Amino acid sequence: MHFADFMALLPLMVLAAACAAVMLLIAARRHHGLTAILTLAGLAATLAVMPEAARWMPIRITALLTLDSFGLFFIALIVLATMATTLLGYAYFHAWGGHREEFYLLLLIAALGACVLAMSRHFAAFFIGLEILSIALYALIAYPRQRADSLEAGIKYLVLAAGSAGFLLFGMALLYADRGTLDFAALATGLAVPGQERPLVLLAGLALLMVGVGFKLALVPFHMWTADVYQGAPAPVTAFVATVSKCAMVALLVRLLAPLDLAATPALVNALGALAAASMVVGNLLALRQQSVKRILAYSSIAHLGYVLVAILAAGPAFVPAVMFYMAAYTLAQLGSFGVIALHSTQETEADALERFHGLFHQRPWMAAVLTAMLLSLAGIPLTAGFIGKFYVILAGAQSHLWWLVLTLVITSGIGLFYYLRIVVILFSPTPAAQAAPATSGPAVFSGALVLTVTTLLLVWLGTLPESLVQLLQHVTP
Amino acid sequence: MMLIGLIVLPLIGGLLAAILGRRYPGAARWSALVALALDLVLALAGLLPLVAHPSQTAGPWLVELQMAWIPSLGIGFHLAADGLSVILILLTLFLGLVAVACSWREIGERTGFFFFNLMWVLAGILGVFTALDLFLFYFFWELMMVPMFFLIILWGHENRVYAAIKFFLFTQIAGLLMLAAIIGLYFVHGRATGVYTFDYTALLGTPLPAGLGMALMLGFFVAFAVKLPAFPVHVWLPDAHTEAPTTGSVILAGLLLKTGAYGLMRFVVPLFPEAARTFAPVAMVLAVVGILYGALLAFSQTDLKRLVAYTSVSHMGFVMLAVFAWNEMALQGALIQIICHGLSTGALFVIVGMLQERLHTRDLRRMGGLWNQAPRLGGFAMLFALASLGLPGLGNFVGEFLILIGVFPQAPVLTILAAAGLVAASIYSLWIVQQAFHGTAREQWRIRDLTGREAAILGALTAAIVWLGVYPQPVIQTARPALEYLRQAPAGRPAPEPVAVSSRQGEHDALR
Repeated sequence: MHFADFMALLPLMVLAAACAAVMLLIAARRHHGLTAILTLAGLAATLAVMPEAARWMPIRITALLTLDSFGLFFIALIVLATMATTLLGYAYFHAWGGHREEFYLLLLIAALGACVLAMSRHFAAFFIGLEILSIALYALIAYPRQRADSLEAGIKYLVLAAGSAGFLLFGMALLYADRGTLDFAALATGLAVPGQERPLVLLAGLALLMVGVGFKLALVPFHMWTADVYQGAPAPVTAFVATVSKCAMVALLVRLLAPLDLAATPALVNALGALAAASMVVGNLLALRQQSVKRILAYSSIAHLGYVLVAILAAGPAFVPAVMFYMAAYTLAQLGSFGVIALHSTQETEADALERFHGLFHQRPWMAAVLTAMLLSLAGIPLTAGFIGKFYVILAGAQSHLWWLVLTLVITSGIGLFYYLRIVVILFSPTPAAQAAPATSGPAVFSGALVLTVTTLLLVWLGTLPESLVQLLQHVTP
Repeated sequence: MMLIGLIVLPLIGGLLAAILGRRYPGAARWSALVALALDLVLALAGLLPLVAHPSQTAGPWLVELQMAWIPSLGIGFHLAADGLSVILILLTLFLGLVAVACSWREIGERTGFFFFNLMWVLAGILGVFTALDLFLFYFFWELMMVPMFFLIILWGHENRVYAAIKFFLFTQIAGLLMLAAIIGLYFVHGRATGVYTFDYTALLGTPLPAGLGMALMLGFFVAFAVKLPAFPVHVWLPDAHTEAPTTGSVILAGLLLKTGAYGLMRFVVPLFPEAARTFAPVAMVLAVVGILYGALLAFSQTDLKRLVAYTSVSHMGFVMLAVFAWNEMALQGALIQIICHGLSTGALFVIVGMLQERLHTRDLRRMGGLWNQAPRLGGFAMLFALASLGLPGLGNFVGEFLILIGVFPQAPVLTILAAAGLVAASIYSLWIVQQAFHGTAREQWRIRDLTGREAAILGALTAAIVWLGVYPQPVIQTARPALEYLRQAPAGRPAPEPVAVSSRQGEHDALR
């Protein structure tokens, strides 16, 4: 390894150092606020060294990793989302008894794994990153140990994620058996062979690989875990699962598929297109009749990943910026909406049931306004980032003539509006639900309000003046 | 900048209403009223001199504003107003004031949020009438939907949830189809010319293969036909109108439906002249079916509000008939019809709202003999019923007459059938008055007559509709250059080059 490699690895190294520092701090002194501050400092330092690392890209770092503008964008997104989760976690666990400090450690480790995924260009790095992320997530999901549903969600995620990791490993093994290398590029050379002569082993390996990826992205039919895990996990962790782990996996999928000539392999496009269409239809339909906000958002995230997959399959000139813009908009909206849920929860009960939000506008108008903005963004209504994102995805799909997928997207997202608006209507309904008065001051409220304010401002900014980001993204190549 | 001011003023008024309304409901009302009044003053002072003395430089546009918005994707912030837009802007602001006035007492709860939504619908409508960039147009098109949805679902009547969701699903899915068509047109134009832009003036005259042109045209057509509403996609309208609060019905009938008509005139035919010509017979038949079917259903309603709602289907059928005939006289008729339908149907909804406030029912079978109790209300109802049936001297007559004359040379049989719709209109219009105000009282109602505020609202509407019936020339004069431009546009007239908006690079660079 050369000097340049180390410089390019700076973000990962700083993040890893932050993990170690937080671990040592917890060993030396348990202090909730201090741990959160150190975590934030570590994440901020990671962000701070990024411009330095950017000076050396694009660069291959050993056989495993690569750093380019595409990866760096997703790393930035992951780190920012982790910062938001940290702040939300601080607000959420503020009043709790027991050990709260390890939460931040696990968050940092998970973020590290996600960053590795966003940088990987080799199946070994893929698997390492995935496992770092997943193992931290098992613990995070089940973090409130006294809660039965959290434990259940953690176990469920553990079993299913381990199973999907098995598929993934077997897929990698088949790929290796066929190509003799674990580099992502091997897939492209293998598929470049014209139709009839393509080895079955390669195709089987690819299919198994997609099972593993589909599980992480919660694409239909690998979505079974989503609703339960979203519901059972504490709200900040749900925000993390919905944003960071999705962002990392989307980055990886783009890296995996971008070198392929998708137009020459219609079978692959059709298979993935079927996954996308199924996700859009099933996700939106299942969300319609849920009684829990977290479950609604879970099913809606299935649909959203279906939309993203449409853009990925488009593979036209517009697809990379479309995917990145969509993920940024999606991340903002998910952080904001789970942020509201986190801040509205108490130690006894998660703010999950729809009734908890009855007439929220009259009690806590700003929180209701923020949640409304977030939901409208997820629904793709103008003035929010989600509108531009959806437009961009449709643009990318239309550019590559994926008309049946675009049409599915159009119709299912029309259906999807129904459940977002249903929540919004409940927020503004006249009779407020009787509930305990929330805290109105203190650092916990401040940290939560900070996240909500920043995400809302960014959401509206990207929704009205997206040019600066669009211009930035247009020069990015995976 | 004036056009931005026109759109931003209601947005600010709405925000103020939402913020102030939590503590002081009165302040919410006043901020809405003042914002709209200022907006109207701005429009009158700013636009009318331009109508009187148009500058010779900017084509048909009396005032134009072009700024870069998302140049990387060829999206510009392009607003412009021609005579057609000016008339519709004034109609919007006038009916907006009527809507605020008639919700002054009706809305007792969540006043701030109500006026917020009302103002934002109006801002979206103003944007729709002035946007000249297709992306911007779609932006406003969507922007006006959400607040309208809230107006229905939060302040509507018994069955409001069903109605609001039906309304929203219909318009939303149709709108997204239009978005797909807009993007399709963007790529067709971009591949043909190398200029990727959403600018309307640049996209005019894009050469299209027949099949593709038809598909894209249908994408636009469906969105506007749902709004209009045309048979058979009108089914959301009776529910939405019936369940919406009075203000919502006035805005729906008076303005939202007009955005559909405006879209047909501004976009469907000029952008896709060939496809529109091929499709015209189908559209015209649908329009006539709408006219007759709407009138028939109106006559069989017992719910007064639903009755008025179905008359909208009938009246707006005339507009679609005229648009697809696409000659000067028919288009002028369509414009007059748009305005007069907005005024007269808006007024009828206001009257139904007043009756409901007094009687707590909209059931025609329970009314009767109300004239003795409320002669002034009855008088106004009579007047607007006569307007609705097309009595000479009132505006609707001018509109329908011009449409029938304009369409006749092109489709005599359809014109005759449409004229039969007028007969039906006189039956159901007189039926309203007869059932509600004359005859014997079926129940012992004790109601008060119009208050000063209510009389002022109806008086203003009356003045407007009489003026249009007696002297519609200023409207026709204002719109003539705009309509002429629309009719010439498809013929390959050199479109003015958009400045600084379109990206002039190849597709790869433009999107990468």
